[in-house]
Amino acid sequence: MELFNSLWGSLPSELQYLIWTLIKIIVIVGPMMIAVAYYTYFERKIIGYMHVRIGPNRVGPKGWLQPIADALKLMFKEIVIPTNANKLLFLMAPAITLGPALAAWAVFPFDEKLVLADINAGLLYILALTSVGVYGVIIAGWASNSKYAFLGAMRSAAQIVAYEIAMGFALVGVLVAAGSLNLGEIIKAQEGGFFSWFWLPLMPLFVIYVISGVAETNRAPFDVAEGESEIVAGFHVEYSGMTFAVFFLAEYANMILISALCAVMFMGGWLSPFQGWPVLGPLFDWVPGFFWLVLKTGFFMFLIVWLRATFPRYRYDQIMRLGWKVFIPITIVWIAVVGLAVVYQVPWWFD
Amino acid sequence: MKALSNYFKSLFLLELFRGLNLTGRYLFKRKFTVMYPEEKAPVSPRFRGLHALRRYPNGEERCIACKLCEATCPALAITIEAEPREDGSRRTTRYDIDLFKCIYCGYCEEACPVDAIVETRVYEYHFENRSNSVMTKEDLLAVGEKHEAQIAADIEAQAKYR
Repeated sequence: MELFNSLWGSLPSELQYLIWTLIKIIVIVGPMMIAVAYYTYFERKIIGYMHVRIGPNRVGPKGWLQPIADALKLMFKEIVIPTNANKLLFLMAPAITLGPALAAWAVFPFDEKLVLADINAGLLYILALTSVGVYGVIIAGWASNSKYAFLGAMRSAAQIVAYEIAMGFALVGVLVAAGSLNLGEIIKAQEGGFFSWFWLPLMPLFVIYVISGVAETNRAPFDVAEGESEIVAGFHVEYSGMTFAVFFLAEYANMILISALCAVMFMGGWLSPFQGWPVLGPLFDWVPGFFWLVLKTGFFMFLIVWLRATFPRYRYDQIMRLGWKVFIPITIVWIAVVGLAVVYQVPWWFD
Repeated sequence: MKALSNYFKSLFLLELFRGLNLTGRYLFKRKFTVMYPEEKAPVSPRFRGLHALRRYPNGEERCIACKLCEATCPALAITIEAEPREDGSRRTTRYDIDLFKCIYCGYCEEACPVDAIVETRVYEYHFENRSNSVMTKEDLLAVGEKHEAQIAADIEAQAKYR
């Protein structure tokens, strides 16, 4: 221990900082990858149950090793690169998709003091990174040199442009209500139990955020970019083996991120739902905030799977109509309502 | 008025929530899945699976080489050759069914006057090369001997409908 301490002390302080940050990143990304792997298992099970079957149950007890078997299989598969594909972009695209999905966790507050980078423009940072993800999809579609992939990429680009705006506006409502761009501050602005969280005063924005979040991650019923019954697999038709696995990881990491952001923006992040209530409040005081955050995130993750099991895919023009002609007007109106409520300090939430 | 109510219906996602409610209830329903290798679905006595040739209880083959099955077979899967045995009875020297041609219609079983060719309940079989797809007389008789009890019970159960 002493040897370790003296070794550590002899390092230059920049290097110490670097190593320390790397360790923190690993602590976030490691569990993230496991969560992604088991989210796929969870999805298959839940969708199976909703189809009145039981889902994967052969690999390991109750199928618990299924995600690991899937990962191993994909790792050993050949990575096929189409002859006329742009090799550099073809291989870069999965990384561009996965990178932002993981990087966004840097500003995410897991608990009151538990955040890697407590920056003031956290919300802007997250908005920026979630938009970068779509470049991966577009580049993948273009670099594959395949008609289906290109169709998928174009659909995805148009869809994400439309929903990015609605999503951004929904978050503008949150930041007007909270008066801060820092995610920790946004959560603190929601203090005071279940009915003080932003989901109630910002209900329309909340619903729009959840729906655009599903569209943003290219999930059913907005999965026209993949549309396996129309354009084979959309932007990732040409991908195989590990490159495909990275797209898969990115999609699920994005779903978890969107769920967690819903929990933070509208459901009070790490706050207890019984905070400040008589009897129940003190009863649940000992529960760590992280537990509540996981619970809320889990709820939204389940909701995304539930939506997939329930709804058929939207037609392309319906998606565009919903994004441009329904969501954007509603968000703009509600931002004005929230603005007035904040200015006139409407009681209960904004006084 | 109708347009207005439809507008609010879609704005408040009412029908979408009804859909979610339905799948939500199915989440907790009893599952129908049969764990196949361990559990098997029930099979009807009329099931048309792997073919078999039967024998009488005294060990004599039932088939009298009338070739009705060969004639009725819509897929031309059956090939029969026959000649008299030393004791003067008509018997087959060759009875082949090509399982790749067979469409498992059960006409051979219906045509047979002596219940010799039957389709059993056996549906788990495979070939490891293409030439094995032709079931010879010996193969068919072996299947019949192996499953005789089941075949007899199935024919008994169906007797009153024939």
